[in-house]
Amino acid sequence: MIEQHAEVTFNDRVAADTYLMGLKSPDIAARAHPGQFVMIRVGAQADPLLRRPFSICGVRKDGGLLILYRVVGRGTRIMAGAGPGTGFDVLGPLGNGFDFPAQPGESLLVAGGMGIAPLSFLAQRTGQEVQILTGYACADQQIPFECLGLSHCAVLVATEDGTIGHHGRVTDLLQESGNHIPHGYAQVYACGPIPMLMAVADLTLRQGIACQVSLESTMACGLGACQGCAVPAAPGSDRRYYHVCQDGPVFEVGTLDWEQLQPHVP
Amino acid sequence: MSPDLHIQVGPLHLKNPVLTASGTFGYGREFAQLMDPNRLGGVIVKGISLKPRPGNPPPRIVETPCGMLNAIGLANVGLDAFVSEKLPWLQTLHTAVIVNIYGHTLEEYAQVAAGLKGVQEIAALEINVSCPNVARGGMSFGTDPNLSARVTEAVLKQTDKPVIVKLSPNVTDIRVIAKAVEAAGAHALSLINTLTGMVIDIETRRPVLGNETGGLSGPAIRPVALYMVHQVVQSVRIPVIGVGGIITPEDALQFLMAGARAVEVGTGNFVDPRTTLNIINGLTRFCRQKGIPTIREIIGTAQQNW
Ligand SMILES: Cc1cc2nc3c(=O)[nH]c(=O)nc-3n(C[C@H](O)[C@H](O)[C@H](O)COP(=O)(O)OP(=O)(O)OC[C@H]3O[C@@H](n4cnc5c(N)ncnc54)[C@H](O)[C@@H]3O)c2cc1C
Ligand SMILES: Cc1cc2nc3c(=O)[nH]c(=O)nc-3n(C[C@H](O)[C@H](O)[C@H](O)COP(=O)(O)O)c2cc1C
Ligand code: FES
Repeated sequence: MIEQHAEVTFNDRVAADTYLMGLKSPDIAARAHPGQFVMIRVGAQADPLLRRPFSICGVRKDGGLLILYRVVGRGTRIMAGAGPGTGFDVLGPLGNGFDFPAQPGESLLVAGGMGIAPLSFLAQRTGQEVQILTGYACADQQIPFECLGLSHCAVLVATEDGTIGHHGRVTDLLQESGNHIPHGYAQVYACGPIPMLMAVADLTLRQGIACQVSLESTMACGLGACQGCAVPAAPGSDRRYYHVCQDGPVFEVGTLDWEQLQPHVP
Repeated sequence: MSPDLHIQVGPLHLKNPVLTASGTFGYGREFAQLMDPNRLGGVIVKGISLKPRPGNPPPRIVETPCGMLNAIGLANVGLDAFVSEKLPWLQTLHTAVIVNIYGHTLEEYAQVAAGLKGVQEIAALEINVSCPNVARGGMSFGTDPNLSARVTEAVLKQTDKPVIVKLSPNVTDIRVIAKAVEAAGAHALSLINTLTGMVIDIETRRPVLGNETGGLSGPAIRPVALYMVHQVVQSVRIPVIGVGGIITPEDALQFLMAGARAVEVGTGNFVDPRTTLNIINGLTRFCRQKGIPTIREIIGTAQQNW
């Protein structure tokens, strides 16, 4: 885990309100594992105060760290305005990443919105031709696969307004197979909004298919020190809560209490 | 020659006046990869209770202008696990280790203090009196001068260590509590703990925090904390430690000039894990620039009767 000032090498708009940022952070990039995240300090002032957590979306051989983000508030708006040559203090890599699939071709990746960020890093690292299901609200939010380095993957798209791909939710793409994870998949990886993750958790738990999800939570420290990022542990666990920054952000579906999980991050 | 940052806080000897505030630095080890805790004046660990506490339902944190609200609910591993799992690493540190403690009854406070008795590497206890008192329908011990004094006495009876009482700002006149606690025998005071606050989500029309209310911390509370420190320094003889929104060396200097003998940095640790070290460097720089041989010369210089 490292804290360093990282120069912005590029910061390109890749879809509506969505940017791909390259940060020159060779030390963090060298240690990064898919599913891990960084905490970015968006400014030197006291407001906005807290660092913002972002999944590592990929690393480049030259030590570049890729962050894919959507502008949703003050912090991400500041980030969107940062040109090459400016920089941010970055802390990472943090948390536990995904376990890699045992067998090529057996894993299915399900991404809702910005959930594609950690999953595309996973897809790149496995080097396997994995199947990815992606969902967006509308076509102009769709992120071109080329800029995520996913040309080697099979990607299906769903949009909630039907402007591109399947008209509906990303989890609907599973319904073609009778609302279950199609045969042949032994491992599912999912990242996205809680309702989407709930649907995926429900399917995989019922079918007994291994599934890892990456969760979000508001965070202060990112280091396991403040206990601010609690999520409810499954009934019968030895603990009431896990901490997203330290125990996650990647969790096995069975370890969480899906009934208690908050669908809304402020 | 390098300015002398050593400071005496009652019976407590610190290598410099910069401590980490309870609840913002975990059990110390969480930050050790990012900064050397041995450079600190001391480490104050997360509040310890008799039994482990899971804490409040999420969300537990929300950012606010120049600050944040937290409703962690005093989640901690409990006394036994603290002693067996966290303390051994803390004992290897070459700086003052201060254990923050709390309870829901007077007995609980006393039992936690007793459980830490005799551990040589614990330099002091800090009592968090801002905890809800189960016997009084959840009203905080720290809002009642008499109860604050009784908690102080109960802990003093069970410990061989200096006792710092950490005061709540959620009171009408903090000086009344400060005096009561001083009379009960406290060796030092730290202030302030967080100010109670709330944020409402206008979409759901519900408070954002799972606990509805939370404690405000960060630069937003600094002027309030500074004022309270300034007031309390005038009304007690025991040393005062300043806490609240300290992020820069200049912030820390204001508290020292108001009369605090040391400072605690809380939320600042989240903004930058090296905030405390930057403050220590800044204090050295300030003394050198002003030709001040020891930081002790700065303390209280902003008080009118100085
Ligand atoms: C482990 C993890 C990985 C993430 N990865 C990505 C990613 O790859 N791409 C991406 O676009 N977003 C990601 N997010 C969400 C991202 O952190 C928020 O979008 C961002 O913090 C919003 O900041 P803001 O200042 O623009 O929004 P504001 O609403 O102004 O932020 C106010 C406060 O709420 C917090 N906050 C708001 N939304 C979220 C959220 N969804 N999750 C956590 N905290 C939030 C902010 O950090 C800040 O403290 C991730 C979150 C987590 C926890
Ligand atoms: C996340 C968090 C957890 C805290 N936990 C404790 C605690 O366990 N015991 C305690 O006495 N104070 C606790 N505090 C209060 C801080 O120690 C400090 O008094 C307060 O945050 C004001 O300082 P700051 O503005 O520098 O953060 C906590 C504060 C925060 C932000
Ligand atoms: S964000 Fe502080 S413990 Fe997870």
